[in-house]
Amino acid sequence: MDIAIYTNLAYIVAAALFIFGLKMLGSPATARRGNAFSSMAMLIAVIAGLIGSQAVSYEVIVVGMLVGALIGTLSARLVAMTSMPELVALFNGSGGASSLLVGWATLYYFEGDVVPTFTAATIVLAILIGGLTFTGSLIAYGKLSERINSAALVFSGQRVLNSALLLAIVACAYLFCMDPSATSVYLYALLGLALLLGVMAVIPIGGADMPVVISLLNSYSGIAACAAGFAVGNNILIVAGALVGASGIILTNIMCKAMNRSLANVLFSGFGAAKTAKAVEGEVKPISVEDAYYILEAASNVCFVPGYGMAVAQAQHVVKELGKILEANGCEVSYAIHPVAGRMPGHMNVLLAEADVPYEQLVEMDDINPRIENVDVAIVIGANDVVNPSAREDPDSPIYGMPIINVDQARTVFVLKRSMASGFSGVDNPLFFGENTRMLFGDAKESISGVIGEFG
Amino acid sequence: MEIIFLTFILVLSVFLGFELISKVPATLHTPLMSGANAISGITLAGAFLAAGATDNDMASWLGGAAVAFATINVIGGYLVTDRMLGMFKSKRGQ
Repeated sequence: MDIAIYTNLAYIVAAALFIFGLKMLGSPATARRGNAFSSMAMLIAVIAGLIGSQAVSYEVIVVGMLVGALIGTLSARLVAMTSMPELVALFNGSGGASSLLVGWATLYYFEGDVVPTFTAATIVLAILIGGLTFTGSLIAYGKLSERINSAALVFSGQRVLNSALLLAIVACAYLFCMDPSATSVYLYALLGLALLLGVMAVIPIGGADMPVVISLLNSYSGIAACAAGFAVGNNILIVAGALVGASGIILTNIMCKAMNRSLANVLFSGFGAAKTAKAVEGEVKPISVEDAYYILEAASNVCFVPGYGMAVAQAQHVVKELGKILEANGCEVSYAIHPVAGRMPGHMNVLLAEADVPYEQLVEMDDINPRIENVDVAIVIGANDVVNPSAREDPDSPIYGMPIINVDQARTVFVLKRSMASGFSGVDNPLFFGENTRMLFGDAKESISGVIGEFG
Repeated sequence: MEIIFLTFILVLSVFLGFELISKVPATLHTPLMSGANAISGITLAGAFLAAGATDNDMASWLGGAAVAFATINVIGGYLVTDRMLGMFKSKRGQ
């Protein structure tokens, strides 16, 4: 009894520290300390949990922790910043797997005693959400790393199949809760169905919608922890799980708004099939590196607009170098970042921070748009849909209504692009044919290095 | 009563979470996600119960695997978040 009181007191301290840590994430200046607070909270909670579990054998725990710590440390140290979306996807998955296993193992805790129906129901939730998160994240990882085709996979009968899957899950869940035990055949059916559901849920979603999926899976991993917390009756799991769940849902919402699509639309329909936009006609005006240099040399306000292409070309370091040269030349430099640029929320910000761009220069879409007319040169690097004026002007465009960075209203626009292929949504981009647009064809990294060379 | 008590905690935490997270700037959304990954490793506290408290082999195996997965989240999540946040520098700091 005494031990239970002490562990719960420790959990209160941990919860307070988690909350304090998240609060400090509100500013880049305090964020790192906030993360340290959060990790202290975790240490306290883990020690309290270990003591409170009154474990009879520690071997399994120690081995499990060693294995986990080794994998965690290596992946955190070795991952390249451009691969951060893949890593977060995998971490989402391992969070889901852990909740699934905790829920499952809780059944053995009752050993012959009757499992209360409420506990059985929370175990079902932990297994379902955990399993869905696990396989869903693995598919998301596969799509992000291009190990599997990142396009939306839609086939006929998909909806019927998914509906049948959901019905089967509900039926198995009900039957399991009626007679819950570790040996119930419905338990194994649920495990299989949950894992299958994760696969089915993510395969119809295309690469460009990954910011939504990864945020949602992030949320699920928290909700699964919550369900596991109910199953084992542990309040710190519920508090921490709820914080993570809320965080993921907020990010999901921001991403959906930034694409002007409902969550249901992202999850259930392959993209862009319904409408056909106007074909764009006109002449593209290519520019040479040398001419680009002359324009930039005379500019007093330059704004970089990065997209996923910058990550692919690993161009963040040369971009920052060019920015620095322009600043030394008396030019005002900013980096405008669309919420869904890249493959996860904040992806571009991390890449530019890695290249040592001070965070004051990273501006959001809503801050740059009102003053875009004052920008002499907007340099679009590997971004396409997030700067496509059709979203504003063409009601027939599949991306109509999506908020964009209005680079077409800047005095001059440079678009760095490999070729004239369209973006992920497959929509034509009238920006490329604009009066004030100049296309700088070639690899982004080489093009920018070329311009830097001219400054030399 | 326990159910009500746990649900009470859940509801308050959800509201608090929404308040806190909506104040995080877009610049920090990636570290927020990886930090959230680390926090969701809290299932470690629940995994201990499963891994060490009974002498059922199956439960130990499941618990051990849960401990490993959760530890990946905790250690990996905090380390990578710290690595990222260390890159965010102010202009004045340079």
